[in-house]
Amino acid sequence: MNPELVGRVFAPTSPYLVGREKVREFSAAVFATSPLNTDVEAARAAGYTDVVAPPTFAVVVQEHTLKQLLSEPDAGIDFSRVVHGDQRFTFTRPIVAGDELTATLNVASIKSLGGHSMVTAESTIVDATGAHVVTATSTLVVRGDE
Amino acid sequence: MTAGITLTPDELTAGDVVAGGHFALSRDSLVRYAGASGDFNAIHYRDDVAASVGLPGVLAHGMLTMGLAVQPVVDWIGDPGRVLDYQVRFTRPVLVDPVDGAELIVSAKVGKVDAEAGTARIDLTVTYNGDTVLGKAQAVVSLAPTASV
Repeated sequence: MNPELVGRVFAPTSPYLVGREKVREFSAAVFATSPLNTDVEAARAAGYTDVVAPPTFAVVVQEHTLKQLLSEPDAGIDFSRVVHGDQRFTFTRPIVAGDELTATLNVASIKSLGGHSMVTAESTIVDATGAHVVTATSTLVVRGDE
Repeated sequence: MTAGITLTPDELTAGDVVAGGHFALSRDSLVRYAGASGDFNAIHYRDDVAASVGLPGVLAHGMLTMGLAVQPVVDWIGDPGRVLDYQVRFTRPVLVDPVDGAELIVSAKVGKVDAEAGTARIDLTVTYNGDTVLGKAQAVVSLAPTASV
């Protein structure tokens, strides 16, 4: 893959509006049982404006930035050879229903190891006011020719 | 007011098991996660596609394993908004049998307490068929209810 991608910052994604039913659907899919994920009254009693998304929900927004990376014409990444190596979410605050989120991808590093390439992609996710919500960081391993 | 338990740093000792759970994954779970997350990579629901790329069978989404593994911690502290940082390394695939599915066992223990920051690092062990499937799986949580959104 193209080492010159390091440091490249992509265009912000179009705003993603976090729906209450989407949070409920995602919560069920990850076996979440906290009432704060699904019950608006419980979430409001806890001081949130609406239901709270599970910690890994940010991947739904991050996914749009990873698509940008994989389809970048000069990236040289063959999607069929990509394996998810590691993942991290660092929060300023949790995502709640009603948030309008925008993600900006930055290629933090590219390393080569035994014929494979490892690209670390950092997606900074902000709300409608521009305030930081969460940074989602993925390391993708692109397998070399076997 | 915010939700969940209030812990003091001296209540927690590194190595203490604080939460855990068993999760029975089926092919239905994978289809549900595909729809909820938007990750429709066919290796997570089609045996023929999995076989065509050299896999021994249909695999669970790594992000599904990551997503469920933190839930016992969320239930223990009582608020998903108190997970401040969460990271994992995907070290081994989880094969989901069409009939028998796959069972994941999660154990969460205290890694390190940071009294000054008011946080604790919780280390997760996730096993499938006796093997760990995540490496360096760590969630940093706040010890007390935080200011909320």
